[in-house]
Parts: sequence; C-alpha cells; structure tokens
Amino acid sequence: MSVHITSPQFKQNAREALADQPLQKALAKVGPGFIGKRAAAAEKLPEFEALRDSARDIKNHTLAHLDLYMERFEEKARAAGGHVHFAVDAAEARNIILGICRDLGAKTVTKGKSMISEEIGLNDHLEANGIQPVETDLGEYLIQIRGEGPSHIIAPAIHLNKEQVEADFRRVHADLPPERNLSEPTALLAEARGKLREKFLAADVGITGANFLVAETGTSIIVTNEGNGDLTQTLPKAHIVLASIEKLVPTLEDVSQLLRVLARSATGQEMSVYTTFSTGPRRAEDPDGPGDYHVVILDNGRSGMLAGQLREMLRCIRCGACMNHCPVYHAVGGHAYGWVYPGPMGSVLTPSLIGVEKGRNLPNASTFCGRCEEVCPVRIPLPKLMRHWREKEFERHLMPATQRTGLAVWSFLARRGWLYRPMTRMAMAMLALVGKSKGRFSKLPLAGGWTQYRDFPAPEGDTFQAQWAARKNVR
Amino acid sequence: MAPNEQRPVSVGLFVTCLVDTQRPSVGFAAVRLLEAAGCTVSVPRQTCCGQPAFNSGDRTTTRALAEQMIAAFETFDYVVAPSGSCAGMIRTHYPELFVGEPDWMPRVERFCAKVHELVSFLADVRGVTHVTAAYDGTVTYHDSCSGLRELGIQAQPRRLLASVEGLTVAEMPDSDVCCGFGGTFCVKYPDVSNAIVEKKAANILASGADTLLAGDLGCLMNMAGKLQREGRTIRVRHVAEVLAGIGDTPPIGQPKPQSVEGRKS
Repeated sequence: MSVHITSPQFKQNAREALADQPLQKALAKVGPGFIGKRAAAAEKLPEFEALRDSARDIKNHTLAHLDLYMERFEEKARAAGGHVHFAVDAAEARNIILGICRDLGAKTVTKGKSMISEEIGLNDHLEANGIQPVETDLGEYLIQIRGEGPSHIIAPAIHLNKEQVEADFRRVHADLPPERNLSEPTALLAEARGKLREKFLAADVGITGANFLVAETGTSIIVTNEGNGDLTQTLPKAHIVLASIEKLVPTLEDVSQLLRVLARSATGQEMSVYTTFSTGPRRAEDPDGPGDYHVVILDNGRSGMLAGQLREMLRCIRCGACMNHCPVYHAVGGHAYGWVYPGPMGSVLTPSLIGVEKGRNLPNASTFCGRCEEVCPVRIPLPKLMRHWREKEFERHLMPATQRTGLAVWSFLARRGWLYRPMTRMAMAMLALVGKSKGRFSKLPLAGGWTQYRDFPAPEGDTFQAQWAARKNVR
Repeated sequence: MAPNEQRPVSVGLFVTCLVDTQRPSVGFAAVRLLEAAGCTVSVPRQTCCGQPAFNSGDRTTTRALAEQMIAAFETFDYVVAPSGSCAGMIRTHYPELFVGEPDWMPRVERFCAKVHELVSFLADVRGVTHVTAAYDGTVTYHDSCSGLRELGIQAQPRRLLASVEGLTVAEMPDSDVCCGFGGTFCVKYPDVSNAIVEKKAANILASGADTLLAGDLGCLMNMAGKLQREGRTIRVRHVAEVLAGIGDTPPIGQPKPQSVEGRKS
C-alpha cells in the first residue's frame, strides 16, 4: 500500500464512505462484533478495572524512564545475539531494513501484521527496490492484493465482505480451478493458507512488528490469532522486528499484566491464540529459528510527544477498543481518516505524525461522547488529547474562516451579558414568531448544516431570563 | 419529598444557553422540582459556561466565561443546571483551566464541588425518591454522553420516572450511544452526524415508546429534528418537564395548539 495522505479531505472521504453500500454492510458488524465481547470479558474478570489502572501506571513509569529501559533492552538483546538499530524517522527505518535484506540477498520477505510498517510505507520501499513483501496476516494479505491500506489497527480488512474476498481470490489466484467452491469462509481461509504456505517456505527474511519489547530480557513479543507471525519469524534466515519506542516495557511481570487487558479490550479474548516471545536468533541447541535477529526501534516524532501533553498517547497498546466503540468510526470506517491510524487513537496520533495542518480534521471529527476513554485499557484521555489539537488549530488560525468568525461573534456576546441577553431575546422572539405555526423550521439561514438533515425546533418565545425577571418584578 | 431537608438551601439555577433561548419551559420545570425539594431558587444573570469555546480550542474565551460564571454563582449553596453536558463542563473541566494558579484553584474547586446536573442533584443530593406528577404514555430515555460518562447519570432519571403516575419506561437498544449531536460537530460534519442520528432514531422507534426523553436539550433538538424530518410522530421532551408534571406544553418542535385557535378566531 502507499501512505498517500487523504486526511485533509476527511469530509469528502466520509461522504463517500457513507454512500458505499458494501462498506456500510461491513461496518454494521463492527459494533456487535467487538463491544459485547469486550464487555463480557471485562465483566468476567473482577480485577479488570484495577488491571487497567496498573496497565496505565506501568506505561507511565516506562515513559518516565524510557532512556533507561531503551538502553537495558539494547544491552540484553545484544547479549542474546541480536542486533538493535535506532531509526529517527521513517526513511531511516526503511533503509535499515532494506540494508539487512540486501545483505542477505533477499528476494522475498514474509511479514506479520505491523502498523509501524504501514506508518513507514515499508512495502512500497521494498518493492521499489526489487524485494517482494508478502503479508501473511489474512486481513493484511487481503488488503495487499487489493492495493489498500488497513482500515482498522487489529482487523485491517474489516471493511470487506466475504463476496469481495471471493472475487479478489478468483482474480489473484488465477492458477486455481475457476469452478472451485469459495462460498464458505473456511474455503477462503484454506485457499489463503495454501497460497501463503509456499511463501513462508520461500521467504528469505521475516518481518514482524512487536506488541511489547521487554527491557529486562531483550525480548520482543507478538500477539496474534493466526499463527502466521510465528511462521514469519522462525522459518526465514533472518527475523526483523520493527517497533516504535513506546513498545518498551520494563519486565516480564509487567508484560503479563498488560497482556491481561490487551486481548480482553481488543477482541474479548482472555488471551490471544498465540503470544510469542522472541529473544535473539536461533541458538545452537534450538531446533529452529532465524539465524539473524534484528530489532529496528523507530522514533518518528514520538520522543517529541514525550515532553508535552500528548505523552499520554504513548501509553497506547494498539488494542483498537477506542475505534470499536466510536460512533464516528462506525459510521465512516477507517479509510475515511485518510492515513494509517483511524478512530480516536488515530485522531490524536495522526496530527502528531503528519502535522496538524494535514491532520486537523480528525480531532474535530469527534462528538466527544467519551466512550473511547471509557474503554481504553490504559486510560488515555482521548477526548482531552483531541481537544489539545483543537487548541493548536485555534492558536495557529487553521480552522475555516466562517467557523472562526462565528466563534468570535458568539464569544464577544457571551462575554457581555448586558448585550447578550437583549440580543438573544430579540432573535428568539423573531424565530418564535416565524416558526409559530409549524413549531419548527425545515430551512434556516446560516444553519444549512443542521437543516440539511433535520428540522430545527422553533424557540418557545421569550427567553427564560426575561420571563424570570418579569415574574420577579410582579412578585 | 426531600427527607434530608434541614433548612432551605439556596440554589443558583444555571439555566444553560439552550434552555434560556430555546425552551424556557425546562427552566420553569427545574424551578418547580427544586422548590419541591426544599430549595430556594435564584437565577443570577448569566450567559454560557464556555463549552462551545472550550471544545473549539479557544482557551481564552473559555477562561473568561468560567471566571464570569464563578463570580455569578459562587455564593449559592449549590449550582444546578438542567444539562449533564453543561454541569459536566464545569465540574470536570473548569479545574483544567486554572492549573498551576494557586490564587484561583481552591476557589475553583470549592465552586465546582457544588455544581450539579438537575436530576442527579434531586436524587443524590436532595434524596428525592419520587415526584408528584402524572404522564400518560410510554417513554424511552436517551443517556446523553456527558451526563452519563462525566457525571454518572443513568439510574437517577429512570428511578424518578418510575414514580410518575401513568408512565411506563420502554428502553431502547443502545440508549448509551451518542446521538451524533456533539455541539458544533453536528454542523461541522453534518453527513457523519446524520448517519449517527439516523441509527439513534431507528433505536428510539424500536423501543415502541410514544415519548422520547433525555436530560440535555442539544441532544433532544438533534433527535427531535431528525425524527420530525422522517415524519415520525413520537413526542420529544426534556426529562424535567415530565418529572415536574408540565407535560402539557407542546413537545419540542411542535406548535402551540393556541396559535391554531388564535388563527380561527
């Protein structure tokens, strides 16, 4: 996929998404698929809320001592025979990975699901340099053959329906008999598995992300449900782990706490099907494993977030609960957000990574209903952080002129009660008079955004404050 | 009605911009409920709590309005608003505006502690367990987001509604999911807002209720406007109107019957 940014066109993206019938059909399953399962998993664990506190505290502690844990991780990973690389930005990370692949003469690489790989546009870079990347997570495989980006951080192809997948498989797997039956999801799965098996065996390098990097042992951890990650990282000559700085966690004990909230928040599972710990390359006594083990740790602007208000965002463990519970995400899906990270977490992260000028729509496209914060396993105050971006937008005069003017007029009046009260009284009297017969308006000047889709109730008449004052005078 | 009443407590009614301008009936309903709960109600001169500026990123205006609000209301025992959104703005967000200002902070915190949303104030602070009101109908209650998530308002309105004579509550699916209003969100992203309120309208209708109630006028106007655009006849009211027994005013977005009679004569 390419990392072409369409976040500035969020409104247009949203309109198209709302008119896209197959997408709407797929999105209808997001809420029912995730919300009840998370709630049931949380309900079953009496200490779930306490675990969320502890998860928050572990991440806060790590972020406060990130330099220390980074050094410890590097030391331990090297002691286990691994290589650790630090990349300041996306370009550096891409080139480090390309360099490793070239040194090994790699022609194909298999990939486990990695959002950081999407963030740095790794696949395009490898392809442009003659190396074929193969996504092995089923969802990622689907979007790769469609040339799309992920629409969800843990369910990248959630925007697709079974019929679309069948059509894509018939198009791409042209060597298979056209009369084969693909009507059942299990048949699609079996076909993908067969195709991917060949790739696993042929790959020279396996690239995965990491859910956690453990400082005390130099271990990288991936959490998956398909087992593709294990094949990706054990079969090829080399395993490259690509992770951002906030994936660090001090100890295995800490990880065990975070794992208890991760899967429950994400899919409602107590644990994911596979939780795989990798420390260094294959040792002499190991029956299998990669000959080389590399960890590429990416900053890409995150150390800048450490110092400010957005630091809390770096607690994120990428469970996807915020988007699973977001009414805006449910309405428009992930692609409308226009870059790699959608939903509430994307609305906070995207402006930090691509700039508030390009990302300004995202933190605005929230009703601040607060459901994301309510379910976040590490208690990130997502609405507050979105509001932070709105403040930056206001400070830098980035909002549309009409909105800014409207806000300025309203603010001028609201700060001057002596003017506000007679003005609102006059306006309401007029509206009430005009709207008297119907009780509402189907069209109103300056309120097109409202009346395009809804009627606007006519005010009752005189303002409460004026009526109250009149009553008091009578008494 | 108010068992823990000792002396009359003074309540400053923060009526909120929307109730002040759009639907004063809700303000009078609030006065009636507060007086019945043993409160002496005053209405100091007021404008807005500053939430529209706060959520638009304009901290300077927000701060000025917060100071204005505190000065107008801090002498009362309690400050009550018929809105979870406005009360939540004050209680949970005002302190953020004064961080690192020891001259202000104690005063702001003292003030915020006495700010309440109307229905939760009646139930939780005044110990009101039932109201003297009748309503002939089946109602469904929408949990407005700020009231629910910032102030924990969920059981209180349902408990008081259960005491209204003749009233039945029929829950809708996903009553705790946003209606798509979101303040300026609904006009900044009208297409997305519409998609959300469409789902809400379908859930409201699925309840089979003849009346929709909620505790925030912004959400109510959004839902009423959508239901009426769809041609639905369900009545929409602020929960305070029903609890105060003034359910004879026209529902939100409906004309006054008198105006029709007026034209005839």
